[in-house]
Amino acid sequence: MKKGNQMKLEKLSLLSQRALFLVLVLLGMGCATESTQTVVNFTELTFAEEFDVDGPPNPGKWILEQGRGPNEDGWGNNELQYYRPENATVSNGYLIITAKREQFEGASYTSARMTTKGKFEQQYGRFEARMRLPYGQGMWPAFWMLGADIDTNPWPGAGEIDIMENKGRTPSIISAALHGPPDVCVEPPSTEGPDAYNAYLNCLQNPRDGYFGDDPAFKEYDLVNERVDTEFHVYGVEWGPQYVNFYVDDVLFKQFTPEDEEIDGPWVFDKGPFYMLLNLAVGGNFDGPPNAETVFPQSMLVDYVRVYKYNGLD
Amino acid sequence: MKNEKRIYSRLALFLSLIIVVGVGCERDFDFGDDAQFAKFGNNPDIFIDGFSAGLEYLPFAGSKFDAFSVDTDVKYSGEASMRFDVPNAFDPGTSLGFAGAIFPDYGGRDLTGYDALTFWAKASKAETISAIGFGNDFEQSPYRETGSKYLVTKFDLRISTGWTKYIIPIPDPSKLVDETGMFWYAEGPDANGDGYTFWIDELKFEKLGTIAQPQPAIFNGVDGTGVNLVGTERQISGTTQTFNLANGVNETVFAAPAYFDFTSSNTSVASVSEIGIISAIGEGVTEITATLAGVRANGSLELTVGEFSFAPTPPARDAEDVKSIFSDAYANATESNFTPGFGGSTTETTILTINGDNVATYFNNNFTGIIFDNTIDASALTTLHVDVFVQEAGTEVGLQIRDIGANQTIETDVNTGNPIGDDKDFRTTLTGLTPGEWTSFDIPLGGDIASQKDNLGALILVGGPNFTLDNIYFYR
Repeated sequence: MKKGNQMKLEKLSLLSQRALFLVLVLLGMGCATESTQTVVNFTELTFAEEFDVDGPPNPGKWILEQGRGPNEDGWGNNELQYYRPENATVSNGYLIITAKREQFEGASYTSARMTTKGKFEQQYGRFEARMRLPYGQGMWPAFWMLGADIDTNPWPGAGEIDIMENKGRTPSIISAALHGPPDVCVEPPSTEGPDAYNAYLNCLQNPRDGYFGDDPAFKEYDLVNERVDTEFHVYGVEWGPQYVNFYVDDVLFKQFTPEDEEIDGPWVFDKGPFYMLLNLAVGGNFDGPPNAETVFPQSMLVDYVRVYKYNGLD
Repeated sequence: MKNEKRIYSRLALFLSLIIVVGVGCERDFDFGDDAQFAKFGNNPDIFIDGFSAGLEYLPFAGSKFDAFSVDTDVKYSGEASMRFDVPNAFDPGTSLGFAGAIFPDYGGRDLTGYDALTFWAKASKAETISAIGFGNDFEQSPYRETGSKYLVTKFDLRISTGWTKYIIPIPDPSKLVDETGMFWYAEGPDANGDGYTFWIDELKFEKLGTIAQPQPAIFNGVDGTGVNLVGTERQISGTTQTFNLANGVNETVFAAPAYFDFTSSNTSVASVSEIGIISAIGEGVTEITATLAGVRANGSLELTVGEFSFAPTPPARDAEDVKSIFSDAYANATESNFTPGFGGSTTETTILTINGDNVATYFNNNFTGIIFDNTIDASALTTLHVDVFVQEAGTEVGLQIRDIGANQTIETDVNTGNPIGDDKDFRTTLTGLTPGEWTSFDIPLGGDIASQKDNLGALILVGGPNFTLDNIYFYR
């Protein structure tokens, strides 16, 4: 336990304005304050995928997506791979998602992407995966979540929680992100009083333009003297009302709340359940295309994915 | 002779330095019979604010000896840095026109707990340091017979005017249980002949933990083929180790062959020594591969070994009709130096004796010469004979016959390589060589030496790069 690296985190659900001020001060002060908050609080398992059965990923838990995205545009990110179910397999206790350099259906690379959409969705809780990632320019592994209402509430309205993303050319740095929509100013019913109406007027005058795409609420974390591709690390979030905490192993490195400046739009993480995604993209807007030195094939290994129930102890 | 050394590029000069050994650093080591070599210190520091305990400064022979100094004004942190003043061209303080040195600790250090040599550096102008690394011991390590056995060199390190941290990864730290070569460098003036200054600070070994994804290579990662004759040798070249660093860069360094474990698929055809010398033993085909710290190296050699064949025996001639340089058929008219050690030469020359017959084998030749101890007066002779054997298709060898004139000195224009002063030469190229066969050449003493051939002093050999010579003589 690296106590010196932990941030002090207060119980945000009980937050008074004064406490918020305190948190902001503490965040600003970094790690100097005495820490009493452990990295994780939620311990009641609701989902455990240990990848113990060799073969294709368990169809009771995972949907393997196929192709280049609904608009055939590299999943909106100019990604270069074609997703094929056979690029994900379970062997010796690990899920192995392999990116290959091969021509398939007009793409130059293949890989895999799998989700728990419709299989497992949950609001709040602790979501974590123990993983070892590939390396090299153009490798874009991710463990992330999307709002389960995405079919009726299109992205970014549904919200996106990027628990872990990595640019293959930065093998010691991962990032966390939240994506959400811009403001939509709705005139409140007159029964809601002057504050609500003033908020509406404020929205009309200063509509926030959202936090999504290449401008999400974003935070990098440097593993310093460690790498993502040579050892396994645990990447996770603890998510509750009005906050999402991001951690790697025993280090809590970021908390986002609706008050953060980077949350440049409505907070869309208290509206319902999210589902999980695991994928290994090749190329795309995040890290650019592979270069001549990028090694293929390469795999991301997932030891487990575990989800715990929110217990109110945030 | 010295002028000859300036014909060639400075870069080649420095690349050749990595095999330069033992430049007058005589030293005696007496650790007694009961010396305990098992307990080497593991001090990682080389130069933080001064020399670490045991560290010495030994410049290369011919380099600018005072190129190195301790600078207390310019430093990255602390009290002092290492300052290196690279000389301008023709600096009288260096006969070979460069700065270079090793910094050994002959007490030996255990570096197995580290994964990189690191330092901060900057220069007075953006430049490229020709060679920098560690493991160079001038063959003076008391713990090993092989000089610079675990040499590591980063070639062409780009350096800027701002302090920047540089990382030279250790190819396999487990090898460095008793290392003495802590640091070395070699650098010359730029293409315009201008020198410059660079500084190094916080020079030390570190365990970064982020040196990963090894991609070792032999023969520069190329899968090639080759032919050797029974009894001949060849050095495994292009040995490198590449690691992915924390900044995402794939950093490649030269790693001495001793870091590798070599395999010959057929050891009755060829074997490979610990330091990467292939010995052709019997006829057949074998594949040479390698691993480094258990990781298969890219690159291999499919080696065909053939039975040695001998050059045609020259006819008997009257003594006055022949003046021989190198032949078992005739007595030598002069002894010769077959390894003149021209600066920048990469050539490995071996005189092989097979069944009592001597042949001269050249490996990896860019340029070398056969320098006659005494000049040959060929006034009465008309022709140079030489027999050439090659193993690779497309081999061509440039041959220059040099008359060094009455002053008995080789004089060469440093810019063109052409003879000057009272020197004359005749140049030809030995072509039409058939792999696996001897080809005989009879070269008229023509051109500029047709009228001046009474002080023939040298044969210069250019290119090839691999060939074998026999029966080199002048006759009529």
